Amino acid sequence: MTATILTQQFINGISLGSLYALVAIGYTMVYGILRLINFAHGDLLMVAAYAAIYAVTLLSLPWQISFPLVMILTGLFGILVDRVAYKPLRDAPRISLLISAIGVSFLLENLAIVLIGGVPKGFPRPDIFARVIDLWGLRIQVLTVYTPILTLVLLMGLLYIVHRTKVGKAMRAASKDFETTRLMGINLDRIIAVTFFLGSSLAAAGGIMWAMKYPQVNPFMGVIPGLKAFIAAVLGGIGNIVGAVVGGFVLGLGEILIVALFPQMAQYRDAFAFAVLILVLLFRPTGIMGEPITDKT
Amino acid sequence: MDTSTRNALCTILLLAVLAAVLYVFQKHGTEYQIRILNNMAIFITLAVSYNLVNGFCGILHLGPNAFITIGAYTSALLTMSPAEKQLSFIIEPLIWPLSVIQVPFAVSLIAGGIAATFFAFLISFPVFRVRGDYLAIVTLGFGEVVRVLCNAMQSLTNGPLGLKGLTPYTTLWWSWGVAVFTVVVITKLVNSSYGRAMKAIREDETAAKAMGVDPFKHLLLAFLVSAFFSGVAGGLLAHLITTISPTLFTFFLTFNLLIIIVVGGLGSTSGAVIAAALFAWGGEALRVVESPMNLGFITIPGIPGMRMVLFSIILMVVILFARRGIMGRSELSWDRLFTALRLQTKA
Repeated sequence: MTATILTQQFINGISLGSLYALVAIGYTMVYGILRLINFAHGDLLMVAAYAAIYAVTLLSLPWQISFPLVMILTGLFGILVDRVAYKPLRDAPRISLLISAIGVSFLLENLAIVLIGGVPKGFPRPDIFARVIDLWGLRIQVLTVYTPILTLVLLMGLLYIVHRTKVGKAMRAASKDFETTRLMGINLDRIIAVTFFLGSSLAAAGGIMWAMKYPQVNPFMGVIPGLKAFIAAVLGGIGNIVGAVVGGFVLGLGEILIVALFPQMAQYRDAFAFAVLILVLLFRPTGIMGEPITDKT
Repeated sequence: MDTSTRNALCTILLLAVLAAVLYVFQKHGTEYQIRILNNMAIFITLAVSYNLVNGFCGILHLGPNAFITIGAYTSALLTMSPAEKQLSFIIEPLIWPLSVIQVPFAVSLIAGGIAATFFAFLISFPVFRVRGDYLAIVTLGFGEVVRVLCNAMQSLTNGPLGLKGLTPYTTLWWSWGVAVFTVVVITKLVNSSYGRAMKAIREDETAAKAMGVDPFKHLLLAFLVSAFFSGVAGGLLAHLITTISPTLFTFFLTFNLLIIIVVGGLGSTSGAVIAAALFAWGGEALRVVESPMNLGFITIPGIPGMRMVLFSIILMVVILFARRGIMGRSELSWDRLFTALRLQTKA
């Protein structure tokens, strides 16, 4: 294998990893506050991708307007999911909450089948993302370069919100101790809504990028990226935003490089992530950057 | 007559009625009715064994489809004749010992159960190191890994082509026999000291530990028993539909089982039985919404996929508004039935 190909694969890995990272942030934020794996989070990718298709084709909005709009709408949709499916169960056993999350996920997928149909739709990728550039002898799609940059920009914005604003302070407080935060006079429902909004709009960004990378949108497109992003979140240390990004990069790079270095393993690519998950849980359940898991009661 | 004799007599009577019903259907039922009854029995087996882990131990295990797959493949590979195997495995030949073995159906079912149990044992160590959401994802991941392996290991599973032309050994007697056996074994287990320990773990694991209950041992027992019956049911399913492929047993199947046990009531065997029967029947009855409806003056076109939307909504409604499901955590029993009858006659 030549250095060029290796570099090329490395860049592909970074690009894939940054997609996982975008989605993983949403998992990790919701988990940090509610201790819930939002199974429906992956399906938000699908919702965002379809919304973007309709915004561009039906409303014929330019992508510069429609993509941010879709992010906001998906964020609001995330709040709606929380209000309908999770909020009534705040005091219920955890298993009920999880089952509700699985129910939402299946409902979204099957509603998409009923309303839109199971046939994959092409994604109207703006031409400027499809261009191929020559970078020191490497032929790379512009999208592959933009994805990690966008991820880092969004991450910076998110970290600013979480660490420098009042809402962010409340979010961090809620993830430490729910009851005490409430006693301090903080409106927890609002904080949870903000969390869902931020996580879901990042998932929307991930979904749009994913749909541009693999321009086939179908009702189940969010399932596998969602699962892998969750694994990335666990790998990085769940509840930790920077950890989720690191986990995403590690997982994306690992997946691409393992196929590049051992082509005969290509069939097992989807199993790689789960093998990583099992190993992490066996040897370091707190992940790369995580704090010890404590039961929040 | 004391109550235990009465209860035993009633149980025998009920089984006799069941056998009579099955006999009538086998003689005079249409193929479609027999198919639904078979499905019902298999779903009862699956739901009752799944409920042992999710309902009685209170952990969210999302990988029964993996054990069903393993059971189905093991059992199918063991009942096919060597000649059939040679015909089916066109891309890569089947590996040696399996390519020449052929055993009777009953043996293959037990082998399917044992294979599933073996894999359950293998993954139990990473699985039971964690709880709650993590456990859900690890078991779900195991289901995905099994599917990927079934696709990739062509010399063992024939890859994406799957196994075709299995002999339809599964009769009403087999499927209902296994279902009754499963219900009896799991009820006995749940009512034993092991079952009480499992419920204690469900209520409060730390407190159970303090009382000297070893969580790992009891959870493992439930997990293995559940995997065994899932494997056997997988074998039955394989010989009912006679064609299996890696895409057949996806997370979708797990989701259906989850609906059944949530609707039946997490932690109630009789609830699981009722809900499984309802599901097998209702799933067919609901096909109405997917086929065009003619109301005389207007024809409503069928909506493909609508059934799953309804199922998802049923699950959400039950979990949000009626978390106890049909039975909650209580069981149907002869004692309760007779108490209820007596109260009515008095009044």
